[in-house]
Amino acid sequence: MTRPEPVFEAPWHAQLFALTVHLNEAGRFDWPDWAARFAATLVRHGVNRDLNGGDDYFAAWLETLETLLAEKGWAEAAAVSQMRDAWEAAYLRTPHGDPVSLDA
Amino acid sequence: MRVKALETILTEKGLIDPAALDEIIDTYENRIGPRNGAHVVARAWADPAFRAALLEDATAVVSELGYYGRQGEHMVAVENTDDVHNMVVCTLCSCYPWPLLGIPPGWYKSDAYRARAVREPRKVLADFGVTLPEDTAVRVWDSTAELRYLVIPKRPAGTEGLDEAALMDLVTRDSMIGTGLAITP
Repeated sequence: MTRPEPVFEAPWHAQLFALTVHLNEAGRFDWPDWAARFAATLVRHGVNRDLNGGDDYFAAWLETLETLLAEKGWAEAAAVSQMRDAWEAAYLRTPHGDPVSLDA
Repeated sequence: MRVKALETILTEKGLIDPAALDEIIDTYENRIGPRNGAHVVARAWADPAFRAALLEDATAVVSELGYYGRQGEHMVAVENTDDVHNMVVCTLCSCYPWPLLGIPPGWYKSDAYRARAVREPRKVLADFGVTLPEDTAVRVWDSTAELRYLVIPKRPAGTEGLDEAALMDLVTRDSMIGTGLAITP
């Protein structure tokens, strides 16, 4: 037997997957609507190059979710970008090994 | 970090429960995987009544075993025979029977597989090392958000005496997607 492949290639793939599934299960959007939007993003991303099904697949997934959440008014693009920067700053200032927190 | 940002914002608004995210990840990393599908296939091989019920209404049968779709999708089981080999793809994105097979492998999500599975299935099968007799038809099923397929591979010869647990070990993930065959012991 060969070693089983990891289920998710990167932690952020797993986080993104779980976030989307959770929002769906909480009734925030239905799955066919999600799939249609995601398929459209994949087509757009795949126009100029072949997607390999790894990082680029989840990049398309993330873009789809960000757009959907912005449309619903739950996470505006500006707020997401600001929060992203806050997390980046938190990661940079946190000593290696310590838990990362937004509270400086 | 963009994912982290979304999580923080949605948590602050009370739209998500961070503990639920961990639970979902744990489920898919540790508890759901191709073993579930192999269990269904092995039982279908061993139990004709179960097999008939599975082909009739897979959603009901696999739900009874505790494998139900979190997205409310329907399951359809398609059986490989001497005449027909079934193969599953999702040409639009990567719809996949999560409860039975877990998270799809990278190649299933790739543009190359999604495009070629329909156009040249025999060549794709050859890439996976599968060569079928000329007179076996290849049928490709395109999954959707509402409809997911499970391939029941052909039971290998010489497995008459094996019990369900031993049969399960012969059922590979790829054999349930249709890009492989069950292992001949």
